[in-house]
Amino acid sequence: MPVSLLCAVDVYGRVYSLSTGGQQWEQCRDAVLEFKRVTAVQQCCWGIACDHHIYLNVHSSDVPIRYQEETFENQRWNPVDNFSDRLLPSDRWQWSNITGLEHQPLDSFFLPSTNWEWEGDWYIDENFGGEPTEKEGWTYAIDFPATYTKDKKWNSCVRRRRWIRYRRYKATDTWAKIPSEGHSGPLPDPFNDISCGGWEISEEPRGRLSLWAVSLQGKVWFREGIHHHSPEGDGWEEVSLPGEVVQISCGPGDLVWAVLWEGQLIVREGITRDCPQGSSWVVVDSPNPEAGAIHVAVGDNVVWAVTKDNKVWFRRGINSYNPRGSGWIGMVGEMVMINVGLNDQVWGISCEDRAVYFRQGVTSSELSGKAWKAVNVPRDGDIRSHSSASSSSLHSAGCFFSGEVRAQSVMSEDSDTENGPQRAVLEGATTAFTAGPSIPEEVASLREAEAKSPPPVLVLSPSLSGGPGDPQWSNVDLEEAQTHLAVGPAGVRGDAADTCSLSSVATYTLCQEEPYGADEHPLWAWVSGGGCGVDCHSQLNWFNSATALASSVQSMSLSISPAQTAAWRKQIFEQLSERSKREMDNFKHYEQAIEQSVWVKKGTMQWWRDWKPHKWVDVKFALEQFSGPEGNQDGILFLYYNFNEEKKYLHAFINEVTILVPVLNDSKHTFAIYTAERTKQRWPIRLAAATELEMHDWLALLSVSCCDSRGIQGPPSKQALWSVTCKGDIFVCEPSPSLEACPYPTPCDQMFWHQVGGHLRLVECNSLGVVWGVGYDHTAWVYTGGYGGGFLQGLASSTDNIYTQTDVKCVYIYENQRWNPVTGYTNRGLPTDRYMWSDATGLQECTKANTKPPSPHWTWVADWAIDYGISGGTDREGWQYAADFPTSYHGHKTLKDFVRRRRWARKCKLTTTGPWQEVPPIPLSDVTIIPCGAQSSVEPIPLWAISNKGDVLCRLGVTLLTPAGTSWLHVGTDQPFKSISIGGANQVWAIARDGSAFYRGSVSAQSPAGDCWYHIPSPARQKLQQVSVGRTSVYTVDQHGNLWFRQGLTPSYPQGLSWEHISNNVRKVSVGPLDQVWIIADKVQGSHSLSCGTVCHRLGVQPMEPKGQSWDYGIGGGWDHITVRGNSFEAPRVRMPSVTPSLTTSLTDPLRPPPTRKLLSFGNTENGNAVRC
Amino acid sequence: MADDKDVLRDVWFGRIPTCFTLYQDEITEREAEPFYLLLPRVSYLTLVTDKVKKHFLKVMKAEDVEEMWFDFEGTPLKWHYPIGLLFDLHASNTALPWSITVHFKNFPERDLLHCPSNSVIEAHFMSSIKEADALKHKSQVINDMQKKDHKQLWMGLQNDKFDQFWAMNRKLMEYPTEEGGFRYIPFRIYLVNELMGIPRIHDSDEIPSKR
Repeated sequence: MPVSLLCAVDVYGRVYSLSTGGQQWEQCRDAVLEFKRVTAVQQCCWGIACDHHIYLNVHSSDVPIRYQEETFENQRWNPVDNFSDRLLPSDRWQWSNITGLEHQPLDSFFLPSTNWEWEGDWYIDENFGGEPTEKEGWTYAIDFPATYTKDKKWNSCVRRRRWIRYRRYKATDTWAKIPSEGHSGPLPDPFNDISCGGWEISEEPRGRLSLWAVSLQGKVWFREGIHHHSPEGDGWEEVSLPGEVVQISCGPGDLVWAVLWEGQLIVREGITRDCPQGSSWVVVDSPNPEAGAIHVAVGDNVVWAVTKDNKVWFRRGINSYNPRGSGWIGMVGEMVMINVGLNDQVWGISCEDRAVYFRQGVTSSELSGKAWKAVNVPRDGDIRSHSSASSSSLHSAGCFFSGEVRAQSVMSEDSDTENGPQRAVLEGATTAFTAGPSIPEEVASLREAEAKSPPPVLVLSPSLSGGPGDPQWSNVDLEEAQTHLAVGPAGVRGDAADTCSLSSVATYTLCQEEPYGADEHPLWAWVSGGGCGVDCHSQLNWFNSATALASSVQSMSLSISPAQTAAWRKQIFEQLSERSKREMDNFKHYEQAIEQSVWVKKGTMQWWRDWKPHKWVDVKFALEQFSGPEGNQDGILFLYYNFNEEKKYLHAFINEVTILVPVLNDSKHTFAIYTAERTKQRWPIRLAAATELEMHDWLALLSVSCCDSRGIQGPPSKQALWSVTCKGDIFVCEPSPSLEACPYPTPCDQMFWHQVGGHLRLVECNSLGVVWGVGYDHTAWVYTGGYGGGFLQGLASSTDNIYTQTDVKCVYIYENQRWNPVTGYTNRGLPTDRYMWSDATGLQECTKANTKPPSPHWTWVADWAIDYGISGGTDREGWQYAADFPTSYHGHKTLKDFVRRRRWARKCKLTTTGPWQEVPPIPLSDVTIIPCGAQSSVEPIPLWAISNKGDVLCRLGVTLLTPAGTSWLHVGTDQPFKSISIGGANQVWAIARDGSAFYRGSVSAQSPAGDCWYHIPSPARQKLQQVSVGRTSVYTVDQHGNLWFRQGLTPSYPQGLSWEHISNNVRKVSVGPLDQVWIIADKVQGSHSLSCGTVCHRLGVQPMEPKGQSWDYGIGGGWDHITVRGNSFEAPRVRMPSVTPSLTTSLTDPLRPPPTRKLLSFGNTENGNAVRC
Repeated sequence: MADDKDVLRDVWFGRIPTCFTLYQDEITEREAEPFYLLLPRVSYLTLVTDKVKKHFLKVMKAEDVEEMWFDFEGTPLKWHYPIGLLFDLHASNTALPWSITVHFKNFPERDLLHCPSNSVIEAHFMSSIKEADALKHKSQVINDMQKKDHKQLWMGLQNDKFDQFWAMNRKLMEYPTEEGGFRYIPFRIYLVNELMGIPRIHDSDEIPSKR
């Protein structure tokens, strides 16, 4: 789970944030202002400052917020001037928007506010629907408005071109003032409360938010037009009210509650996708008739309230159909305020000590949680005093770490001598507040009280110390300390923490009593968890009162670096080897005390019978393991079954098994065992275990056994091939040196694949061992160097480098309806119709109730919701119309439409483990890493990616030691992209969402992001889908599954000349550092259910013949992705020419007959088609 | 360290070359040849010396045979210590092979426990495993295992089957990464008190799985 922030305001109006991965409150340093309240969401934080104005703090991101302004220049032809800007009077303006209805000259565009800046000047867009235009971006038509083409014809009377300019939001990570203006001038009174939420109401426009504000007079305002491209929104709109509101709370979805001055609560109703501000209010009584409500907080499905007596209440029975709920439940604890964050997690500020409390144990099934737990971490100002405190407590406890502590004091003495004479230090004894009056308005009085408090005690401290090895630090603070001394008591407050820390460090050196002031315990006024992504499984380090102690102990254990561990391991290993040598080498001829025998593990399973009628039959299953002749482990699998009352068996040698594939579905726990022969037949041994546990036990055992028999252990090598199945399972294959040999490569079906834990949609690697993956939820993951995870535990798994991994995807079902003249659209179809609730094909009945998550590993995390994002568009209720099932659907109803459907989506989540670590925060849709020779030491390693919004990104700081890199560099594009690939010589190719290809110019180690995009026309009438660039070869796949090779690439003309068709029925292509070509092919003949997604290898690829000759078929179906970009094993007998693409020298014998390896009977080898259908 | 198969294998396949000679006072029908054997370090003496017994019984009369026991330079060897431990404690400085004297009489009741059958060794082994798991996982793992799993552990040790043993033992050795390790790490301290002439060993045992 990525790190996210909890926001809070203390009683002085300082804004702090606490990271879910951190252990201290960090002050928002930018804030010159003091804030009363803040409301945070993931991408930004809104706040009301003490000047009662609203401020917005947008968190900076590697991908900037940029907005494309566009306008069209229109011209008409006349015989005199040819094309000119002289238009007919009936024509549109010379400069207009796309429809021609609005006049839009270039100088009519202004920045929306001072928080924006222009990225550059206006320029002409030369891309027209994925194709480059001839000249100056003009597109021609007979007349306005008409269809435009990029070619000028004899009847082209008008033309137009598109100008674009980008503006960028620049006020990130700073508080930007939002003008307090409604539609009719400035708002009458200042703001008093604010609440942000509503991002789950609609995904269109992207990043849409609802912002509700309450003015001092009790009016409620709704901020319109806030979304990703307009973080500030447009303006305020007043919402009519049944009374005066004092406070409001808005959840992530459609829950909005507010508190009235009289103590009742009101609930907003009618909030929908089309009407995010809702339509009406409903009054709900206060939980306690004597004490009215003063505060309310809502989440997705919960409402919490606080009454005037500080009692906390939980509202029962809230759901999307009943936002009012059914009744109040009194909770333990007395709070000043409550906030509900993501996942309905709850925070509060206690009435008693003004500490922030977290509600523990809140889960979707137990929304009220279990207990309040104080967040007990220091603020960044007083962290140093804490750590020293822990050292001193360690010291005084006579703890076994005392050696370490003493070392520290020695260090500090050293620094003392460096720092010269001992000095007096001001003791930061700020006043002890009693947790008294508690509304933020009274902050001022508190502060006054503080100023009037007795002057700080002056403590003479004989020594000063910095942290170990950091004398610089103490120098700086010495100066500060002196200033304080000079300034005297008046100057204490602001930097009390610093001085405090100084004095306490000194104290620690002297082992005196700890002299903390009351500033130790921060007093909070407001907390907001709307941007804080924790759930009941999160590991938070916020609660340990001995935080610093824990961290120091932790740092002790962490002080063993991986290098030390490795050295230690090496030492142990050497000692063991030495011992074995000493004790056994001369005595090999001695008899073993225990005779080696065969070990058999038996079990019962079900087997999908090889012959018709296919069905599951009960079988006895046995694995016999024995030591092979060279001491290697080997084994045989036996499957005993009854056939016609006769006992028979089937067997497979473990060293012939090529892959074990778990095939989890909701009814059976099954897995498939392939051998080379069975891969050819597309017919694995399919087995089903009684329980999931049993299946995993068997899989783990078989997997270890297979790896043992092939001598594979430990993490995958840098050269490994990686692949991903449709289910998201990850497999690796150690390439044999002859895998890319020509003309006799290792046959594809003999490759041994073994599984690695985790769940990914795609994985990319290179030969330096940098591996990245992208999950179904677009999360980016980087490979940690471990192995195993998932069901592979223990021996087949490393203990280090295995982390929890989650993935989220949607399950879709369709609601189908047919129109009839009497009742209109109903759920009563014709007898011949599809199910009224079905899957996409209509063949399978899928109701909301009977649809299950894809496998037992997945759990539902949300309810069914209408999906408006389906291609073809929908109407306001999500319906798509068509003349009949099954046909193409459109988003609006016409007279000819008799049926309609809408798609429902439900999110489900998988939690597993694997050698993957998340790379937050930007979700990705594609990633590519430079392929290179195994020996080359490219640093930093170029890595490019496409965000899930289509932004092109270049990763900085990727090295062998830091494969995750440090940050993204955004590379501007005029449209969203979908696929990207970088070749061995830094040549970057990308595919835009409109299906056109682009080449990035001048990418080099010095200029990692290159300088500009060159538009490459796609093959005629084909929209490209994916690209892969090897050492020199460039291959693309289009949306119809055609594989294209780029002809005519030379170093001087890296864009190449034309596309050449290679094959059809291709789903994905991966070109490696040797220009080897591997694909995932569709529709490979074989067993029907498994036929899609087969790994294929291009045979006959040689420097002179980069297109190769035919396909060799490997494992499949059900495969979705492969990357061979790590395999730079050159085949032993063929020497490739050096990396320069001068493809003139081939050392293979040209007279050698063409490849004679027998291709599979179902493979069509003649014309290079992947598949014969 | 359950992830380091190389180390685990080396530990498991550690062998001590041993020469068994019959005690001089034992009554034999003819002279007893010494018997040479590679003993697995992680196993128990009485578990792996069937061959030794068979060898010496060939030269002895049945009525002269009582329970077999071993000594090294006059020190009776406790069968319930793993072999590797016995060797390291008593004989690590002697020349190889390790010379062990075999007795069939005068069982040293004060020093040794009787070992009438392998099931005694099994019970002893399982109880050390359970002790260790109590410290590591509050016994949760061992209690979740079935009888056949326990049997597999034991059979793995008895038959010197690394994979069979570790297929189960890994469960005892694993912990969720987030929890940062075992609750406690079980270990035993063995001391040899040289002054007393006879080794005095505190605490009682080593767990073969934790080496």
